[in-house]
Amino acid sequence: VPEEGLDQPTWVVHRDALVEVCRALRDDPESRFDMLSDLFGMDYPERDERFEAVLHLYSVPRGARLRLKVPLPGADPRLPTLIPVWQGANWFERELYDMFGVQVEGHPNLSRILTHEAFQGHPLRKDYDAARRWILTDEEMYQPKFVFLPGYEERSEDEMFERLTVNIGPSHPAMHGTFRLMAVLDGETIVGSDVEIGYLHRCFEKMSETHTWQQVIPYTDRLNYCSSFINNVGYCRVVERMLGVEVPPRAVWARTILSEFSRIMDHCVANGSTLVDVGALTNFWYLFQVREEIYGLLERCFGARLTVSGTRIGGLPAELPPDFVERSRALLEYIPPRIEDVQRLVDKNRIWMDRSVGISAITGADAVNWSWTGPCLRAAGVGYDVRRAHPYDLYDTVDWEVPVLYGGDVYDRYKVRMLEIWQSLSIIRQLLDRGMPEGPVIVDDPHVALPPKDAAYNQMEAMIYHFKLIMDGIQVPAGERYGCVEGANGELGFYCVSDGGGKPYRVRVRPPCFPVFSTFPQLINGGSLSDAIATLGGLNVIAGELER
Amino acid sequence: MSETTPATHGAAATTPHPTEVRPRRYTLPERLYLPLLAGMWVTIRHFFGNLTGRRKGPIIEYPEVRRDYSHRYRGHHILTSRPDGSLRCVACFLCATACPADCIHIEAGEHPDENIEKYPLVYEIDMLRCVFCGYCVDACPEEAIIMSNNYDMAYFNREQTIVGIKELQRPFSFDPNRLGYRPFYPEEEATRDRMRRAAFDLVAEAKRRAGEETVARA
Repeated sequence: VPEEGLDQPTWVVHRDALVEVCRALRDDPESRFDMLSDLFGMDYPERDERFEAVLHLYSVPRGARLRLKVPLPGADPRLPTLIPVWQGANWFERELYDMFGVQVEGHPNLSRILTHEAFQGHPLRKDYDAARRWILTDEEMYQPKFVFLPGYEERSEDEMFERLTVNIGPSHPAMHGTFRLMAVLDGETIVGSDVEIGYLHRCFEKMSETHTWQQVIPYTDRLNYCSSFINNVGYCRVVERMLGVEVPPRAVWARTILSEFSRIMDHCVANGSTLVDVGALTNFWYLFQVREEIYGLLERCFGARLTVSGTRIGGLPAELPPDFVERSRALLEYIPPRIEDVQRLVDKNRIWMDRSVGISAITGADAVNWSWTGPCLRAAGVGYDVRRAHPYDLYDTVDWEVPVLYGGDVYDRYKVRMLEIWQSLSIIRQLLDRGMPEGPVIVDDPHVALPPKDAAYNQMEAMIYHFKLIMDGIQVPAGERYGCVEGANGELGFYCVSDGGGKPYRVRVRPPCFPVFSTFPQLINGGSLSDAIATLGGLNVIAGELER
Repeated sequence: MSETTPATHGAAATTPHPTEVRPRRYTLPERLYLPLLAGMWVTIRHFFGNLTGRRKGPIIEYPEVRRDYSHRYRGHHILTSRPDGSLRCVACFLCATACPADCIHIEAGEHPDENIEKYPLVYEIDMLRCVFCGYCVDACPEEAIIMSNNYDMAYFNREQTIVGIKELQRPFSFDPNRLGYRPFYPEEEATRDRMRRAAFDLVAEAKRRAGEETVARA
């Protein structure tokens, strides 16, 4: 049943027909929805069928989106699993179970994923109190459910040469962030593995529901904290489009430039730490200098280095500093020698190539099936980049390329990031050459943006708007909207639902590294433990975003 | 960069997703480890550059040397004062409302001066909860809370992390070099001065008028 009047085509599907509908949508040459972009739940306590599973489908070849809504009765929330159609549904379904208590039938490992096993209740249900706390003990720890190589499921200990179960993490320097990897080794080879995540879970989505639209921005900083500015932009863009406000050209210009700087920074961190993991420490120093200096620019603009909170709904929080262009140009001089040094050190270095070429390779078709996006997908030969497929901000006005490589392995993930840094530098250079557009940095609408300070001090009307905006928040018209930007590690989407009040009814973030990391057990099986470490770095999994 | 293929959206539409991987091939020099020499040259260049001091290393000898932060840095908060030393804060609770982390606690009291109405008896910020987003500064209608660029916040216990009026008012108030995020920056100092003068004129004017009225009534 199609629904009208929304930001993208939406169908309401009955759950019994869901699997057939999805399979048909995937295979029909007319539709070709080959990627399950996102799957999550909604809760409307006042409806007869209280829960709703929402699926965002994406067709990479056609660039089309489709939203499927599956109403589920509150008394009996069941959903058939979609893993046979899209492998990427695996963790999304676990999350759906964890957050909403929806039973996914046929799921191989339906256990809590973001919260602890001892957690009670389902946090994103509307009747769950956001301030509720639980004492979580070791006794109910996550029990690993290993994903084995074919043929190893049934094998007993005696049949393997030397069976050993290894636990790495959650606090282990090689597990960037806090992940726990459990691997069954047969000799040197990983034959079965499982990961546990959720140590950094803080329920961003629930917290967003208890704050005003504007107050969510500092929370988005903490998603992908290596490139927090892109998160700010992604979130604000969605809310701006719900409000129907036009961001002034100067703010758009600055957003594009700073997003690209953030992307460079994120790629530097990803590559730097991958290389450290395989023992190439020098590159880490060279690349982190770049990051430090970009932090300097962000700090000069917004007053913080890591968690910048660099946008407001409708524009930027403050006028750009007077030396913005000079500083950016200085950075354009500063960055290339360091990137070149690293490329000279490792690009053709056989020691690094032996550790990375062909390691944890994934084909483009599989990667799409697993809902991969971002540099990891482009390293597998699929040139999907949100900036090119659905241009936003100023990306369609500059001249740049989407680097695509076909190895699908750790080396190509590294290389794609390096090539993207060069593309980002070129985008920034073109925009700086174009010159800073004149005008304000935030929309001149007292219902959206705070009035200028001197007006708020001295004029009664501005003062009233100032108080109204802070006390009640921005009043976003009722509706729903999905919007995405190209985050540093993939398609970063925000799906916002408003009921017309000052607080979001629901903010769903599509975290790009969540589906990427869900493939991890399959990727590392068959390799050695040291390959697993190299793989983890190459995927650039950022815990703040993965676990929200 | 020869292996880069520009993929436009149209190109992706015509080609199906690759079903096999084509990893990078080793070239002969790579097989022979020859490019390692280029890498060695990079590190040697850096080594001698750093050794002779020809290039400035990126190391900052903290805490003797500190990174130069801008005037927008969002550090420890400051409660600003009026010329007579009392707090500018009028306990309107806007900062506490705007705070996404719920870290500001205010208790208001009646001010003897009826033009001011209220002032904070208690003003506490929980530094462990604070996310340093600067929303309190944006929200303040009196420019009573601003931020410094002080980022060393170390405490011995949790009680100390809840800082009150004394800590917020005292240490940085009069050192303009250590100010951070605030509504107006030095580059806009002229505007700020003008505005502030206007604000004080208004206050003085109001006071004068109030005084005249009292005189007249008497």
